[in-house]
Amino acid sequence: MFRYIVFIPLFPAIGTFLNGIFGHRFTKNAVHTVAITAIGLSFLFSLYAFFQLISLPPHARVIEETVYSWISTGNFSVNVAFLLDPLSSIMLLVVTGVGFLIHIYSVGYMHHDKAYWRFFTYLNLFVFAMLLLVMGNNFLMMFVGWEGVGLCSYLLIGFWYEDNNNANAGKKAFVVNRIGDFGFILGIFLIFTTFGTITYRDVFDKATMMLPYGGTIATAITLLLFVGATGKSAQIPLYVWLPDAMAGPTPVSALIHAATMVTAGVYMIARCNVLYSLAPFSLGVVATVGAITALFAATMGLLQRDIKKVLAYSTISQLGYMFLGVGVAAYSAGVFHLMTHAFFKALLFLGAGSVIHAMGGEQDIMKMGGLRRYIPKTFLTFFIGTLAIAGTPGLAGFFSKDEILWQAFSSPHGHPVLWLIGAVAAGMTSFYMFRLTFLTFFGKERMDEHTKHHIHESPNSMVIPLMILALLSIIGGYVGIPEALGGGNHFHHFFEPVIRHVGEPKEEHFSHALEYGLMATSVGIAVIGFLISYTFYIKNPELPERLKNSMAGLYKLIFNKYYVDEIYEFVFVNGCKGLGTLLWQKFDVLVVDGIVNGVAKVVEILGETVRKLQTGYVQNYAVGILLGIVVILGIFIF
Amino acid sequence: MILTNFHLLVGILLFSIGVLGFLIRRNLLVCFMSIELMLNSVNLIFVTYSNMLKSTIGLMYVFFIMAVAAAEVSIGLAIIILLFRQKGTVDMDSLNTLKG
Repeated sequence: MFRYIVFIPLFPAIGTFLNGIFGHRFTKNAVHTVAITAIGLSFLFSLYAFFQLISLPPHARVIEETVYSWISTGNFSVNVAFLLDPLSSIMLLVVTGVGFLIHIYSVGYMHHDKAYWRFFTYLNLFVFAMLLLVMGNNFLMMFVGWEGVGLCSYLLIGFWYEDNNNANAGKKAFVVNRIGDFGFILGIFLIFTTFGTITYRDVFDKATMMLPYGGTIATAITLLLFVGATGKSAQIPLYVWLPDAMAGPTPVSALIHAATMVTAGVYMIARCNVLYSLAPFSLGVVATVGAITALFAATMGLLQRDIKKVLAYSTISQLGYMFLGVGVAAYSAGVFHLMTHAFFKALLFLGAGSVIHAMGGEQDIMKMGGLRRYIPKTFLTFFIGTLAIAGTPGLAGFFSKDEILWQAFSSPHGHPVLWLIGAVAAGMTSFYMFRLTFLTFFGKERMDEHTKHHIHESPNSMVIPLMILALLSIIGGYVGIPEALGGGNHFHHFFEPVIRHVGEPKEEHFSHALEYGLMATSVGIAVIGFLISYTFYIKNPELPERLKNSMAGLYKLIFNKYYVDEIYEFVFVNGCKGLGTLLWQKFDVLVVDGIVNGVAKVVEILGETVRKLQTGYVQNYAVGILLGIVVILGIFIF
Repeated sequence: MILTNFHLLVGILLFSIGVLGFLIRRNLLVCFMSIELMLNSVNLIFVTYSNMLKSTIGLMYVFFIMAVAAAEVSIGLAIIILLFRQKGTVDMDSLNTLKG
């Protein structure tokens, strides 16, 4: 009855195939019709699967469909099989739903691009890989999807490869991700050697029986997997590729580097919640890394001047929130934020794309301003996105962010310090997002006359996805209203079958009053962020300049993103180059070449000696034959 | 019996002359004749033993050797003629292009 879920990843694969093989002969209309139809069908099937799933009783909401046996050797066997449960159904809806909107948006945004068909091929391929990642029922399929989305990310960041910077950004993303993937695959190896299987269900069943709470193996597995997550989801220390990834087309930034691919790490941890729950140390690491990333990236976002870079740092920061959520064992809260974030961050990126489109390619917010009069629809939707991400009560971001902050405070794995870091980061988020909005849409018009003359609202194919996403950013949070606010927290209960409770410390109970208090505090901090932003960029526009001059050192440090890129360049890139040079000049030249040349030399000397036997006189050879016969006869006789 | 020994001795003598001739002489044609001499000395020994042991196997080999020798002569002579045309000599000391 669930056999049809096999088609969900199949449609984008077919789309990729058609556009990839025949795309260069298709008209633009045909190209996007194929791509959008493929993903649209996937979305409809996902939607149907979702509704069918919620019509089942909660304990029956885990469905596995085997397609075929992929690898079967000795005691290692892997099936190509798909898993449909609350977690993957949410991911399916996010990936195909947001992906569908972004495909439509791309029709308008990429309209003039000469490699139109290539773009949609990659986009479909990405969706296919992402669906494999979230639907596979074993770690190998997750890994295949994991690498597939990495490949598509690389291809799409470097989509405009004529510019060397873009190609380099793609390479950087790929290399940094490889480092993470290295840890990820080691984690999978360790899972296989420990449990003898890599199918989720078997692994998790065995984990609860075999591994002790807080044991070394569980900790090692989860930390290795988390290394993969830091690469893919841009957490400290492997976040450096994401800001550079903004070199790609804006729909790509929205789909891959905001809404879906970068959340793969969160999905992975939520999927492996059994293992993480067994390893409190790893949970601590995840939560700490998440919280620090949330704060650190937020500070870097404060002063960026590129509209997409601000959003990129914001994405890193929000991903940090998700990791904070899953790191305090509040898996549903993390995935809830993943979902709402997908709505409003895709909205913000697409809005930014619409702004860039209107400005004729300009991305520097210092050269914008007052745009709300020219592109009102974009402004309205972008503003809704800003309100949502800043945590305005009633919008999607508020519920999910607040759930995470509350869990960071109250969960047995949580800590008030984590809550504090999260709340401060929320204030910064509010500041930089309103700064972005004010600088772009309000205040003086700082662009030149020529650009100003050409500002135009984007076509409907771009505006309509914006509106739908804006609507989702408003209502998306209402599926998870916390109980303290009189809601049922449906999201959490829906998520329940995915999570297995193992060896957890006793739940502490806090009063609702405390929850209200914390909620009010975080909203208060966000309001402070808004007010500072308002003072700086609307009421008193020369104030930031004065502040910049009085704190020049700090400004420079943050503006240059703490020089992390430079440090990495110096330590790792130059280190690798230095090591490579050393190995080349010493090891390769002396040892490897020495062995090869030595062998040749020995053969040469031997040959030089032996060649003297070849006199060229037949009689000499005949003497040899004769002597040989004499010797043989001698042996026979004596 | 004495006659048999005599035949064998003649065979050995002819073979030795052939070997020595091949090793010592430098003229290709003479060397070639020495080879033929060795072959025929072997034939003589085969025939002698065939007679002594009352067996026809030896005779059979003789015919084989004669056939092979005939073929070998025709090819060998052709080679020598071609060599002579190319180099203008059949002196083996000047035919050492395979010297290593």
